[in-house]
Amino acid sequence: MHLTQEQEAIYKGQEGETKAKIMETLVRYGTLFGADKMVPVTSAYGHLVTSFGLNVISPVYDLMDELIEAGIMADQKFSIDPRPLDDNVPKNFLQNLVFKKFMYSKQEDYEAQLEKIGLLDKKASTCACYFDEVGNIPKEGDVLSWAESSAVVYANSVLGARCNRNSGIIELFGSILGMVPHFGLLTDEGRKASWRVEVRCKELPNAQVLGSAIGMKVMEDVPYVIGLDKFLGHELNDENKTYLKNFGAATASNGAVGLYHIDNLTPEAKAQGESLILPDAKTYIIDDAELKRVVDSYPVMWKDKTAKPKLCFVGCPHASLAEMKDWVHKIDEGLKEKGNSKVQIPTVITSAPGVLEEFQKTPEASLAKALGIVVSYICPLMYMNNPLTAKQPVITNSNKLRTYSTARFYEDKAILEQITGGQHA
Amino acid sequence: MRKFQGRVVAPGRAKAQALVSKQGFNTLASYQKSFLVHDKKATCSDQNNPDIYKKPMAGVALCLPQTIGSTTGGMILYTAAAYGRQPACMLFAEKIDSLAAAGVLLVDIWTDQDMPTIDDLGQEFLDYVQNGMQITVEEDGVVIVE
Repeated sequence: MHLTQEQEAIYKGQEGETKAKIMETLVRYGTLFGADKMVPVTSAYGHLVTSFGLNVISPVYDLMDELIEAGIMADQKFSIDPRPLDDNVPKNFLQNLVFKKFMYSKQEDYEAQLEKIGLLDKKASTCACYFDEVGNIPKEGDVLSWAESSAVVYANSVLGARCNRNSGIIELFGSILGMVPHFGLLTDEGRKASWRVEVRCKELPNAQVLGSAIGMKVMEDVPYVIGLDKFLGHELNDENKTYLKNFGAATASNGAVGLYHIDNLTPEAKAQGESLILPDAKTYIIDDAELKRVVDSYPVMWKDKTAKPKLCFVGCPHASLAEMKDWVHKIDEGLKEKGNSKVQIPTVITSAPGVLEEFQKTPEASLAKALGIVVSYICPLMYMNNPLTAKQPVITNSNKLRTYSTARFYEDKAILEQITGGQHA
Repeated sequence: MRKFQGRVVAPGRAKAQALVSKQGFNTLASYQKSFLVHDKKATCSDQNNPDIYKKPMAGVALCLPQTIGSTTGGMILYTAAAYGRQPACMLFAEKIDSLAAAGVLLVDIWTDQDMPTIDDLGQEFLDYVQNGMQITVEEDGVVIVE
């Protein structure tokens, strides 16, 4: 890899041993993937995936201390994934004890470390840092040093930014040096599609299921999706961006997709069309039968597969403001139809702290409270990491949460039916 | 006995028994429980991976296609190594993925532990190697399976 004189100097230790190790890590990382050079990070902010002060990953905190002792500050501020704890979210005494005493006992210490290195602010804790209410919104063409698979795939696909699927710690190193190795999704060639996906469904497919099907098929490859624009339109708006947020999170967690193109809709597909598809691309055709096959293949991890759900999570990745309001209204209507006044299964809708602040200003906030809906900034995945909460029958409309936990996936209609008091499936 | 040639990702020599994941190795799901219960053997907790579920991962020659799952993967490998519970070596049939690469480099550069890692060994390697076989890793990326 070609390094500039300045980069070479850092590599050789002229700015200290710790920075030299950071540079060595990024250079060797890039070299493995054929990077030709280091390029500047051009986004205003970074985004980190490791947001939890889990006491069993103390080597990570030791590494953070090493950075702080060396006087290292990130070249750019960063947002971070959601916090793992929120007292508003239902839990029993023992679960709470495990959360606070045995699992996330390093939370405060870790957040103090993050602030010293460059945390944007305490409200910047969300997997959906690109929401207007959070403000970490890269411009088209920006080079990023982010992790969090759902955020990376959104930034690449919907915003047209350029970011590889980085691991935790690597993304921090990129933000510290203000540069990343140039390979993969940072290059024009790496953004070409090796899959042509044709959607032939009768109506708009569930975003989480479609994303899951594509993710499991293409894994880390880039898919070019044809046939969705007739449902989603040709211009990005709040509604279809929410759809793409949920779709992308499923492609990234059920597979390892870092970038997708939606024909006639996402920025690069609009500009370049099917010329983005590589000549030897494979084809995947998705119809309603294929989506049913995918849903039927999901294992149910509950011990008692007929158990009545004890908790429901909506909002993984974090819900947008419009999505939150929509869920509140749908739940309200569903409860009225069934003659109920409150949710029949404790239900938590999660979103970014900044979105929750705006939500509290809307009439839907008091309605949600009256219906018994909890709103929270928590990360549902981190809630489900607790061995005691993992044993509970939890339902969700998130395919990401299903993949990484024992939560059971249902599509929105089935979720709504259950939490408003209908039959559970 | 068969020899396979791969690319050196992290240099070093190793001798260990093979633990083979024919499917993508989910780093977070595999290590998660062992961290929580301070399990020095690093018993695999990924219920979705029947090849290695409930098998110890510390000190083995971990043979895999690539890693999959959460972008915390690299940080998890680093943590396992900092506790001395990493595999003796990692042997990838395919080119290493970005999350595993991060983990392997963090181990190599930021810890005192060794975890020689070879990638691009080919599908034939993964088809041939079985749990319990003796693996020898040479400095030049040669992997001997017997």
